[in-house]
Amino acid sequence: MNLKTMNKTTRSNMVTYLMVIIAFVIVQALVSSGSISSSLKGQLVPICAYIVMAVSLNLTVGVLGELSLGHAGFMSVGAFSGVVAAICFGQTIENSVAVLILAMLVGGCAAAVVGVLVGVPVLRLSGDYLAIVTLAFGEIIKGIANNLYVGMDANGLHFCMIKNTLEMTDGTMLINGPMGLTGIPRIATFAMGFALIMVCLFVIFNLVNSKSGRAIMALRDNKIAAQSVGINVTNYKLMAFVISAAMAGMAGVLFAANFSTVVASKFDINTSILVLVFVVLGGLGNMRGSIIAATVLTVLPEVLREFSEYRMLVYAIVLIVMMLATNNPTLKNAIGSFTGKFSRNAEKGEKANG
Amino acid sequence: MEFLFNLISGVSLGSIYAIIALGYTMVYGIAKMLNFAHGDVIMVGAYICFFATMRFGMPPLAGVLLSMAVCTLLGIIIERMAYKPLRQAPALAVLITAIGMSYFLQNAAQLLWTSSPKVFQSVVGTINGQTGIALFDGALSISYVTIVTIIVCVIIMVSLVTFVNKTKTGKAMRAVSEDKGAAQLMGINVNTTISLTFAIGSALAAIAGVLLCSAYPTLVPTTGAMPGIKAFTAAVFGGIGSIPGALIGGILLGIIEIFAKAYISTQLSDAIVFAVLIVVLLVKPTGLLGKKVSEKV
Repeated sequence: MNLKTMNKTTRSNMVTYLMVIIAFVIVQALVSSGSISSSLKGQLVPICAYIVMAVSLNLTVGVLGELSLGHAGFMSVGAFSGVVAAICFGQTIENSVAVLILAMLVGGCAAAVVGVLVGVPVLRLSGDYLAIVTLAFGEIIKGIANNLYVGMDANGLHFCMIKNTLEMTDGTMLINGPMGLTGIPRIATFAMGFALIMVCLFVIFNLVNSKSGRAIMALRDNKIAAQSVGINVTNYKLMAFVISAAMAGMAGVLFAANFSTVVASKFDINTSILVLVFVVLGGLGNMRGSIIAATVLTVLPEVLREFSEYRMLVYAIVLIVMMLATNNPTLKNAIGSFTGKFSRNAEKGEKANG
Repeated sequence: MEFLFNLISGVSLGSIYAIIALGYTMVYGIAKMLNFAHGDVIMVGAYICFFATMRFGMPPLAGVLLSMAVCTLLGIIIERMAYKPLRQAPALAVLITAIGMSYFLQNAAQLLWTSSPKVFQSVVGTINGQTGIALFDGALSISYVTIVTIIVCVIIMVSLVTFVNKTKTGKAMRAVSEDKGAAQLMGINVNTTISLTFAIGSALAAIAGVLLCSAYPTLVPTTGAMPGIKAFTAAVFGGIGSIPGALIGGILLGIIEIFAKAYISTQLSDAIVFAVLIVVLLVKPTGLLGKKVSEKV
């Protein structure tokens, strides 16, 4: 029995990996044959970044079962620290792939450190309180990033807050307060985005199927029961939270390195909620669903450009309807009996054909 | 004088937060859910009042009453459509639905009324051509809006506390918030009581919206979002579920915000407000006046 379920999980994970690889190959082929519009081509790296964001938030919301409304905050931390690192490394290292990897590592570590700093106190709370504190945290990060000035000259990096008091004679500004990051080297590529998705999926799948992953899911399903069998609540919660934060940080680096300028207000509560929509639509705890939802919902507005003003309205309605359909007993039964009939008909059809 | 001026501005802003926070805290107390869309009901209230008074030339008081009526209806509709079907659902599902509702209201407002800012004219008129009173030979000037806001907040608080503690309906509300099942057995209509709570909260949101836009006259579809989040912060700060807690939390938060703006940094004031929330929750996870409820196994 156990072996059978294990096999099923492994098979499902393989399907997900394969889906990402096939999608990557097809898109690469389309790009090289030039049959993809330039606006869509510009979306490729952001799509990868959003997929990583969605998958990592799914670890917190779906697997750990705690709602985080400040996920974009970690993306912001990653983007800001990673880009500064990329510019520094870029002066000595020629290879842009190596620079991006180093920048992602720095961004991921910075986000992880912030994740620990936030997580240790905050994860003592749960439910609604945790949600509101992560939201507050996201706003704090945005506030700080909006007032941060970082410049670089021959002597190294210079920091200051609130007012630009850096007196540099021959330096360049890297982070310019509300103007955000400027002069970002545009080193992110679709292939790197793909690689990051694969790495994140690998980490998450292995985590979920490990002893730690089962402990985390036990906490989600029943905290008190999990505690009573000796699972350390804070440690496992923190583990999931920090891994999720580090991945969001890496996604932030990838996202920022695709543009020449990025402002801090890009990573606000709306971005956090957008990613949450991906996760909820894809299905809580379902990584493949998150990937599909993130891709479709990022591509769709590009395709349906004329309806773009209705986009957010439709998102909102879809979010509400999804929640009602999956959580209301009456609706759930109605849908269940409907799909039940449907699948029975499909079975009949198959039998008839066979 | 500057200190006194800031203090009064803080109390006035805090009064608006407190009125909004009441909506959050009452709904949380009775339905155990975060009504994320509450901030956007404020915005709708302000728009209704704006169109009633500016476009259709209604007197300010009629505009306020109309916007209260519309918001009450909106609150009940939101509750019936989105939250009632999820009574038995996990908290996470309800919270996400509420976030969806908030997005829906913001984007519907954007489509209906466009995102171009409207200049809201204060519903508080002028006396002898003056918009405020000057004290200490003009060293301290307080606008009438500030005074009206504080007075309205006090009136609302007193009447609400009286209503909840002295009337039969108030008793029913307290019973439902304590134990839904037992309240139902005692013949209390739980659904009606919850709807009533939403109605009161939304009517208060309309008042808060009008007062907010009278003090800060730019009206856009996202006007309600930030004050909504801050008022929620205030409710948590004071201990969610507690009506006096909402008042204390709101006023403290308003004072902290204005003082942070005046003495530390305008840009960082929001960050400071949220940092205070986090610190308070870490020291006292149930807020200043919140009751600690131990979990039953």
